[in-house]
Amino acid sequence: MATHEEYYVPAQSKWPIVGSIGLLVTVFGAGTMMNNMTSGADSSLGQYVFFAGLLILIYMMFGWFSNVVSESHQGLYSAQMDRSFRMGMGWFIFSEVMFFAAFFGALFYVRTLAGPWLAGEGAKADTAMLWPEFEFVWPLLQNPDPQAYPGPTETISPWQLPLINTLLLITSSVTVTFAHHALRAGKRAALKGWLLLTVVLAVVFLTLQIAEYIHAYNDLGLTLASGIYGATFFMLTGFHGAHVLMGTIILTVMLIRVHKGHFTPDNHFGFEAASWYWHFVDVVWVGLFIFVYIF
Amino acid sequence: MSAVIDNHHADHAHGPAKGPMRWVLTTNHKDIGSMYLWFSFAMFLLGGTMAMVIRAELFQPGLQLVAPEFFNQMTTMHGLIMVFGAVMPAFVGLANWMIPMMIGAPDMALPRMNNFSFWLLPAAFGLLVSTLFMDGGGPNFGWTFYAPLSTTYAPPSVTFFIFAIHLAGISSIMGAINIVATIINLRAPGMTLMKMPLFVWTWLITAFLLIAVMPVLAGVVTMMLMDIHFGTSFFSAAGGGDPVMFQHIFWFFGHPEVYIMILPAFGAVSMIIPAFARKPLFGYTSMVYATAAIAFLSFVVWAHHMFTVGIPLTGELFFMYATLLIAVPTGVKVFNWVSTMFRGSLTFEAPMLFAIAFVILFTIGGFSGLMLAIAPADFQYHDTYFVVAHFHYVLVPGAIFGIFASAYYWLPKWTGFMYDEVLAKTHFWMSFVGMNLAFFPMHFIGLAGMPRRIPDYNMMFANFNMVSSVGAFMFGATQLLFLFIVIKCIRGGPKASAKPWDGAEGLEWTVPSPAPYHTFSTPPDVK
Ligand code: HEM
Ligand SMILES: [Cu+2]
Repeated sequence: MATHEEYYVPAQSKWPIVGSIGLLVTVFGAGTMMNNMTSGADSSLGQYVFFAGLLILIYMMFGWFSNVVSESHQGLYSAQMDRSFRMGMGWFIFSEVMFFAAFFGALFYVRTLAGPWLAGEGAKADTAMLWPEFEFVWPLLQNPDPQAYPGPTETISPWQLPLINTLLLITSSVTVTFAHHALRAGKRAALKGWLLLTVVLAVVFLTLQIAEYIHAYNDLGLTLASGIYGATFFMLTGFHGAHVLMGTIILTVMLIRVHKGHFTPDNHFGFEAASWYWHFVDVVWVGLFIFVYIF
Repeated sequence: MSAVIDNHHADHAHGPAKGPMRWVLTTNHKDIGSMYLWFSFAMFLLGGTMAMVIRAELFQPGLQLVAPEFFNQMTTMHGLIMVFGAVMPAFVGLANWMIPMMIGAPDMALPRMNNFSFWLLPAAFGLLVSTLFMDGGGPNFGWTFYAPLSTTYAPPSVTFFIFAIHLAGISSIMGAINIVATIINLRAPGMTLMKMPLFVWTWLITAFLLIAVMPVLAGVVTMMLMDIHFGTSFFSAAGGGDPVMFQHIFWFFGHPEVYIMILPAFGAVSMIIPAFARKPLFGYTSMVYATAAIAFLSFVVWAHHMFTVGIPLTGELFFMYATLLIAVPTGVKVFNWVSTMFRGSLTFEAPMLFAIAFVILFTIGGFSGLMLAIAPADFQYHDTYFVVAHFHYVLVPGAIFGIFASAYYWLPKWTGFMYDEVLAKTHFWMSFVGMNLAFFPMHFIGLAGMPRRIPDYNMMFANFNMVSSVGAFMFGATQLLFLFIVIKCIRGGPKASAKPWDGAEGLEWTVPSPAPYHTFSTPPDVK
């Protein structure tokens, strides 16, 4: 801590306000779209607002990160600054972990407590009286009220696509680590190769995941609206998939930056942050594979 | 601690930019702190106005002024705006202003993100308040937005409510990450963890709580959104979900949230009392550990809000005992504050008055909390005005008085002028009398069975409710005086010295008043 280097405090920046406006426009558009969808009103205004917001956000991210990259290249950042970035990224990932924890918590709560109670276990006379025929098993194919929530006919077997996906993601965690080692050793060609391989694995994962979703919707009747199994299944794997998509974009940006000659063996926080994020996404997947697919 | 104000470096010598864009584009922790504080005050007045509507309707039994539907929107918006718009941003504002100065840092660790955190708030609350004007009205399901009230039976504007919560949550998380990074990484050499002022300590722990539970709030509102628009059944038993699950997830966020609103006040009061007692804080180390213990326990007590909802007996017992356990570290704190004052040379300037009232009245709120925590007793108290009395005692003379005490304590440092002590004392006494008049009778009407969140009530509660309303109007009106005092202090007054309080300790008092635009561009040496 005893550094007496200057801590870089940027003078002014327009990106925060651009970002705030962008987020506001995005969520306003998204909300309008959803409300129209649910009420059956057909107005496309929401879509335009939503996409306008997304464009503003992309503009903001691009501008903001370019600023940071160029400041870094100008040598404005001290080791202390680097630590701030690391902490920022680390705690951000922790907050993401807690976001997933909410959904995992919901899954465990339903499976171990709420579900059995609904089927009459324990001294919960009234909940058991709601649907006397209801039996709780997991995966839940027969919902308490099958009229309102028709259940799935079948669930996804873990030992086909999900297993392949697990292997893909674990491999990609290894390849991104190899890329990191190559970067530190100054082996640029190896870095490019391993990083490219990571991105390819990620894209294959996403493609398979989409195939799985199509299969679930078309053949198994497993949908968001097919009761609590579908709800937890799609929200957990869906948010995970969204994070993989995000991670893939980040890794692709890193790949582009590597090709532009960015990063040195001892100054490459952007790359490291991307790989941390990627490992986090992998760990979440392992949790999903075990608790959503297998058990 | 020596006064080190080093502005030799050319790129740091500049003052604030000119014109209104200064505030929009700024990265300066003092600018951003001021914006947070002003925003919070605006929300305090807006939420307060809604409280006035509520108390006006409750002045007499019967339906007088507003329709019951609108009354529900007022209670909901009042709660949401006060919690997320007034109390939380006020503490973030104080953190922004004071933490870098207290630890000898040049600014916050991530200055641009800091401004992003702030500017998300007007977006979030603009969106939230706009729901009042939408078809079907604004949120009317209470600030706790229990499903299915907030899903199946909610007005369409709930969608925008959900997104407003998302924006406010993103703001809080980024703000908290910034604070953690600043405290861990930007302390001046020699500022060891156990030398940190308590405000910094309590904020470090608060920031941790924020990063841990705001994402859970985001998760629960996302589940609502999916239930409403995409047919999921998280909170619908017909699909195998459970509306009680909403309450579990909400309160897993909600209980730590109440500590998020009070821990920074603990910290501020722990600095103000020693300053005006002219004695070092009694039991610094135990204060730190007590704060950490409270934060830890706050994760395992959430179902004390759900005693009556139907949880297993083991659950009732576990959550009852765990909750009662919180009284231990809280008691340690109260003991330390009192011991700090014991045999001190006390003077009673406005910050101290608010701090002493804090200790006494917060303790009353803690006691009613203990009563509520006793599960069999809570069957009687739950969802009555007793609960309203409890949380207003911890929040108004707790969080809000903590904020007032801090504002008066640091106003000289912010503005360079002393505030008007006579007016400030008037503000204190009016607030003190007003809030006790408003909230103390609620204990009685609650115990007698008056339910909360209701626009009309039995004749037998009439007198106490009238007293309550009078107190509430008094408290509300007095806050305009506070606004006046602050504006007056910004515009002038007796010059404040670098350290206007003789008992005050800390790096912030080593820089001149008003604090220069950039402080500690090179870190001071802390001995
Ligand atoms: C000794 C410490 C405390 C204990 C034992 C305690 C206990 C409780 C209990 C058991 C309830 C639920 C009552 C019911 O709904 O039937 C409750 C409600 C509440 N408490 Fe506390 N509490 C404590 C401190 C605090 C603090 C420090 C705050 C905030 C600064 C706070 C804010 C609230 C709020 C806002 C509610 C009402 C939530 C709602 O239903 O809208 N409490 N408290
Ligand atoms: Cu609680």
